[in-house]
Amino acid sequence: MAIAEQEPQVERRPWNDILHDWVTTVDHKKLGIMYILMALFFLIVAGIEIILVRCQLFVPRAQFIGPDMFNQLFTMHGTTMVFFMGMPILIGIGNYIVPLMIGARDMAFPRLNAFGFWVTLFGGLVMYFSFLAGGAPDIGWFGYAPLTSAAFSRGTSTDYWIVGLLVSGTGTIAAGVNFIATILTMRAPGMTFRKMPLFVWMMFFDAFLILLAIPPLTAALIMLLFDRQLGAHFFNTQAGGDALLWQHMFWFFGHPEVYILVLPAFGMISEIIPVFARKVIFGYESVAAATVAIAFISLGVWAHHMFTVGMSKTLDYIFAGATFLIAVPTGIKVFNWVATLYGGRLRLHTPMLFALGFLGMFLIGGLTGIMLATVPFDWQVSDTYFVVGHFHFVLFGGTLFAVMAGFFYWFPKVTGRMLSEKLGKWQFWFLFVGFNLTFLPMHMSGMLGMPRRIAYYMPDRGFEIWNQLSTIGAFVQVIGFLIFIWNLVASLRKEPDAGDDPWDAWTLEWATTSPPPSYNFAVVPEVRSRRPLWDLKHPEDPDWKYE
Amino acid sequence: MPRNTPLEQRRHPPWNGQLTWFSGGLLAVAQAPPDNLSMFDPVSPPAESILNLTYLLLGITGAIFLVVEGMLVWCIYRYRQKPGTETEPPQNYGSKPVELAWTVTPALIVFVLFLIVFRTIADTRRDPHQAPPPGSKPLHVTVIGHQWWWEYVYEKYDGTEIRSEDVKDGKPVSQRYMKTANELHVPASADGTPRPVYLHLQSVDVIHSFWVPRLAGKTDVIPNRINHMWFQSAIPGLYLGQCAEYCGTQHAGMLLRVYVDPVDEFETWLANERKPAVEDPAAAAGKKVLESEACMNCHTVRGTAAQGGFGPDLTHLMSRETIASGLEPNNKEMLRVWVKDPQQIKPGCRMPAMNLTDAEIDQVVAYLLTLK
Repeated sequence: MAIAEQEPQVERRPWNDILHDWVTTVDHKKLGIMYILMALFFLIVAGIEIILVRCQLFVPRAQFIGPDMFNQLFTMHGTTMVFFMGMPILIGIGNYIVPLMIGARDMAFPRLNAFGFWVTLFGGLVMYFSFLAGGAPDIGWFGYAPLTSAAFSRGTSTDYWIVGLLVSGTGTIAAGVNFIATILTMRAPGMTFRKMPLFVWMMFFDAFLILLAIPPLTAALIMLLFDRQLGAHFFNTQAGGDALLWQHMFWFFGHPEVYILVLPAFGMISEIIPVFARKVIFGYESVAAATVAIAFISLGVWAHHMFTVGMSKTLDYIFAGATFLIAVPTGIKVFNWVATLYGGRLRLHTPMLFALGFLGMFLIGGLTGIMLATVPFDWQVSDTYFVVGHFHFVLFGGTLFAVMAGFFYWFPKVTGRMLSEKLGKWQFWFLFVGFNLTFLPMHMSGMLGMPRRIAYYMPDRGFEIWNQLSTIGAFVQVIGFLIFIWNLVASLRKEPDAGDDPWDAWTLEWATTSPPPSYNFAVVPEVRSRRPLWDLKHPEDPDWKYE
Repeated sequence: MPRNTPLEQRRHPPWNGQLTWFSGGLLAVAQAPPDNLSMFDPVSPPAESILNLTYLLLGITGAIFLVVEGMLVWCIYRYRQKPGTETEPPQNYGSKPVELAWTVTPALIVFVLFLIVFRTIADTRRDPHQAPPPGSKPLHVTVIGHQWWWEYVYEKYDGTEIRSEDVKDGKPVSQRYMKTANELHVPASADGTPRPVYLHLQSVDVIHSFWVPRLAGKTDVIPNRINHMWFQSAIPGLYLGQCAEYCGTQHAGMLLRVYVDPVDEFETWLANERKPAVEDPAAAAGKKVLESEACMNCHTVRGTAAQGGFGPDLTHLMSRETIASGLEPNNKEMLRVWVKDPQQIKPGCRMPAMNLTDAEIDQVVAYLLTLK
């Protein structure tokens, strides 16, 4: 049922030819793959960093690594996971899938797209060069002033951090612009906003959040660079600067950033759950509307990261209220996803397992988020391991599980090959068990008094057992990731076996070949409903009758 | 000063017994440690009202958790694909009333939570500039965060300013404030007399955070800004905590110790701290080293030439149980290791090894041991 033509088989080309092809490409699919490879590379790097951290924390007052190295490792883990793993992998998946989903031949600005990728990659490389240039940044991923000032952060590590983030931020903004232009102008005939797949909806608002959140960070980074290199005093408290100004600017970026990392995950889940439950999404309009609400409210909650800085009661009330408010649209989505399962016929393939894992884990992250919005409770557990547990349930149990679901779902489309279901299920269970073993105990160690970012903890405080569970859990996860890599390599070595539409899915990307030809669709398909392929497969009962 | 024993005197909130599923199950391991920092064992009104709120939160979020995860698991079990069923299930595009219900219900829940937050904030926060409750004897202490230790300036107790009793050129002089480091002593409330402690938090370098979980929630210690917090305890004991905002290399080694002393013990301690350093002729050699080496640039020993302000005040060093802001016990052996090379105990700390000879180290340590 392929709409596109089969691409003719080509001769094997020399490696330098292929390399030249990839380096100079402006094809959204190749750029998407490169984004994802970059993200997987940095996932491994940041994973190794945090494994060292977890080893250090296995016993109290450990001296496995010194405090300076420990501080560099957790800083680079956080920075890498947010900027060089989280955003690139989501932008990469979006880059590959969005044009296919809307029936376009490429992104709106292909060369800007290539620029965005390379600049993001170079930002990461610049930051990692700091390891060779005398030490990596050790200021935390949030880089609170005045610890970043020239007086307290000697050497160049903080400058590498600033420049790395400035450079990669430019690439992220480029990607955001591109998504907005693509989705606004390049949809297939008939695909109105009300007929757009939910993944496209969420990438669209994700791109708006990128455009609204990254520039404040860029401004703050430039101000910090001025402080350090040109003697300005924005954040330099010793010359009268304001430490809290940085926090406001950073979190004005930092909180929407969380939603930049989670909206595409919501989008993938909203595509995968219906296909594997064999049911249309329950309440398409309210899922899309909830996305808009989340994106909008997320711009007004940043100071809930700052409840302990001694803000006025009024500000505490406002930011607690706004944060509570965001629970409502998030709850709508969760309920809609569960309602989609209700009455379905659930095919428990690997993508579905990860999607269901996402539902279970993200719910916990959301509930602890409500707890943290409760200001006085936050006064106790802010900056403790409780918070570390909370946001890993959102970004790992949430985003990374959704990314894995998306990976298993779209891998056949990208490569023409199926990933092994057996290995996929083993990977899921190792990750699921390891994940919970790592991050559930963190809620306990936090409530028992263990702050974040400490290079060692004192004995006899009841922290030992919880930290040991976390470390063991981390190694269980390592097994899961190793199985994943093995699965990738093994699948790429076998003959194509996927076919065009292995999951019997409903969105446009499954209408072309696997992998799609460089022009995506020979004939741009006509869209009459949210599930164009459902209409094609069920001409007797098409969707457009009900929408 | 004898170490107080907080463990026997730990008080449980009344509802702790009813929540045996929680305190007996999850917290079984948590209640074992000798050094307890748990927010589940509050001894001060702010920490108690936060714990009340915590139980309520755990109840509400726990109920939502059970309902939603229950629905999820039930759906997975009930609707998993069974062999032989290949037909597509009925397509359900949504239902406005149902969706309205699960929009309004969470909205109501968070609205109730918001009201509770409103009330708990009002209960927990207290303006230090307001008149203290009648009959109370407040203590005011300025807390100054340093990389990586705490300085305490005792300002006012029961309405009177605290002044040191120093001697200069044979004449008594009195300084405005009395300083100590790393171990905060406060009086216990007793006999119907509340003795609230008001902390005024400042930093000389980067952001720190003052957090002793059993007394109160944390409050950040921010340069160019004065933050306030308060607590009050009727239960004498040692309450531990540590800096909760990442502040550089030795963030992990910036520990907090708050001693809630019975009133008479506290007042004896305060009277002793106000005095200048003990003059012991037997330790004169060590004093001379301290006054002639760079020690005096950073440390103060009141009554001597050492008047530095970068490091902890050493005037009554031996009234403290620990050194290195709580990392090691304060005894002859550890003092010797510390004076020889502080980087051995606390790598990255601001005090360098002074390259003293062994004899000089012995003399300095002998002198320090007289500073009771």
